[in-house]
Amino acid sequence: MHTGRIACLGLVLSAMLAACSGGPVSEQSPAGVEDRQPGAQSGAQAQPVKPGGVARVDLTAKPATKSPLTDPGSILSRRSIYYDLDAYDVKSQYKDLVAAHAKYLRDNPKSKMLIQGNTDERGSREYNVSLGQRRSESVKKMLQLLGVKEEQIESVSLGEEKPKAEGHDEPAWSQNRRSDILYQGEY
Amino acid sequence: MIRSRARIFLAVVLPVAFLLAGAAHAQLSIEITGAGAQRIPIAIVPFAGEGALVQGSAVAISAIVRADLERSGLFRALEVPSLSPPLTEASSVNYAEWRSRLADALVLGSVAARPDGRFEVRFKLFDAVKAQDLSGVAYTLSREQQRTTAHRIADFIYEKLTGEKGVFSTRIAYVVKRGSKFELQIADADGAGEETALASFEPIISPSWSPDGRRLAYVSFEAKKPVVYVHSLADGKRQVAANFKGSNSAPAWSPDGTRLAVSLSRDGGSQIYLVNPDGSNVRRISQSDGIDTEPVFSPDGRSLYFTSDRGGSPQIYRMPANGGEAQRVTFDGSYNVSPRISPDGKVLAYIARNGGKFQVAALDLATRQVQILTDSDKDESPSFAPNGRMILLATVNAGRGVLSAVSADGRIKQRLTISAGDVREPAWGPFVR
Repeated sequence: MHTGRIACLGLVLSAMLAACSGGPVSEQSPAGVEDRQPGAQSGAQAQPVKPGGVARVDLTAKPATKSPLTDPGSILSRRSIYYDLDAYDVKSQYKDLVAAHAKYLRDNPKSKMLIQGNTDERGSREYNVSLGQRRSESVKKMLQLLGVKEEQIESVSLGEEKPKAEGHDEPAWSQNRRSDILYQGEY
Repeated sequence: MIRSRARIFLAVVLPVAFLLAGAAHAQLSIEITGAGAQRIPIAIVPFAGEGALVQGSAVAISAIVRADLERSGLFRALEVPSLSPPLTEASSVNYAEWRSRLADALVLGSVAARPDGRFEVRFKLFDAVKAQDLSGVAYTLSREQQRTTAHRIADFIYEKLTGEKGVFSTRIAYVVKRGSKFELQIADADGAGEETALASFEPIISPSWSPDGRRLAYVSFEAKKPVVYVHSLADGKRQVAANFKGSNSAPAWSPDGTRLAVSLSRDGGSQIYLVNPDGSNVRRISQSDGIDTEPVFSPDGRSLYFTSDRGGSPQIYRMPANGGEAQRVTFDGSYNVSPRISPDGKVLAYIARNGGKFQVAALDLATRQVQILTDSDKDESPSFAPNGRMILLATVNAGRGVLSAVSADGRIKQRLTISAGDVREPAWGPFVR
């Protein structure tokens, strides 16, 4: 028991030292990997040992290093781009969002992105697969124009098959004319 | 064949009787079977001893035959009083009496238990007008094969009386959505006896039968993107036919079963490619800046019909099956998609949008005439029966996905009720041997 705890502490401390010694955290843990094993590694937080004191290991605290991809305060946590009827061009209101993801991909050349295009329910399922593809490819092209490498991005289509809103009216359809951005580990 | 022989016989030997009988009872509708215009009145007498074959709440074999024929829209089954002693295929037929009941055709049969626990079904078809035995068949079967046998009997009767092959023994594939679960199912053409080939938590679309009826190609989203699989029905073995970067979709078999036409986005945009069913030998055959998808081979394998928006709106085009210049086929309206070609290659069925309604249209490729076949408004995925008589489709009724069928001339309409769930993506299978 006792030795185990000490060993554990040692591990945590050396992990901290490694983190302090530099190198981007995201290179070790790309895109959303933290979410898959909550509390296993990054969820444990250690505090420095005071002279003569007791090192406190707090498993209840939030992870010290939050991924910008999932931080609600970061633009990178915004992942959806909506479209007008029969349209697939990225509207100007989404330019900042796409630019932020482009920067993230450039800064993290090992991270990979999947863009899923979606359509509303009207018309042929197969034709809608192609329309959704056109939507996801328009995002992909924009990212490439902003300097992202082609091999980091895959654009695919879910057509009308995975509606976010289940209704059969324009409010639902406008929710479903959409591209979603996912990072490796999220799909 | 039967019809023409009947015509000659009656015209030469009994012209007066022919006219009188025709005027009095319209008994000669066998000769002019326009789809649904005149239904052949047929008496299907319950088969003697058929109760032995029935298990639980199952329907008797003669009732399945009767339902099949009536559903085709070409037959009208007459009420038959219970007869004692029961008639069998071996009974001598009083043709005059059946004519007086307004029957043009008569079916008699019997079921007998065999010592090995199996059963024997015998039946005979009679032409009441010609007073002629049109022959019959005997089948040995287990209790589980009752439905299959009934469909074969119906096919036999249908072909003898209409001159075209019946489709009662064929099967259909479709997708049922129940809650968050998707199931690719196979059922008899009447919707009974369904079996699940694939169950998934992700969508399944575009099932397409191999010409031999043993495999299905389809699109599954189980990998979080559309991937084309080929699924062997007997053993459930699956092969990836197309899983390239981007979307892989819209599979259609070549008539010889050696190739699939698919829509891939691997080079950017949806374009049409040919690929072997095992995923080898991929080659691109369409070249456009727009969307090219929903390919389907013509029955002779020489052409591909497909949907493209190269002209600004989605329309149907045709091109040589190995690639080449495409010609536009549909011109009316701004949204014509999902082409399907009739087995004789003469009619193109597709989905047309008319004022917000999506309906099944039929284009006669020789006369260029277009006919809207349905009066529903959310039709999808038309599929010809292998004899070309009916078109199966998905539509929405009371907010629920259902299957329905319409005859190629629009006269006969059916709704296929399949228990529970949202039903979509039907595909009518080929003739079975």
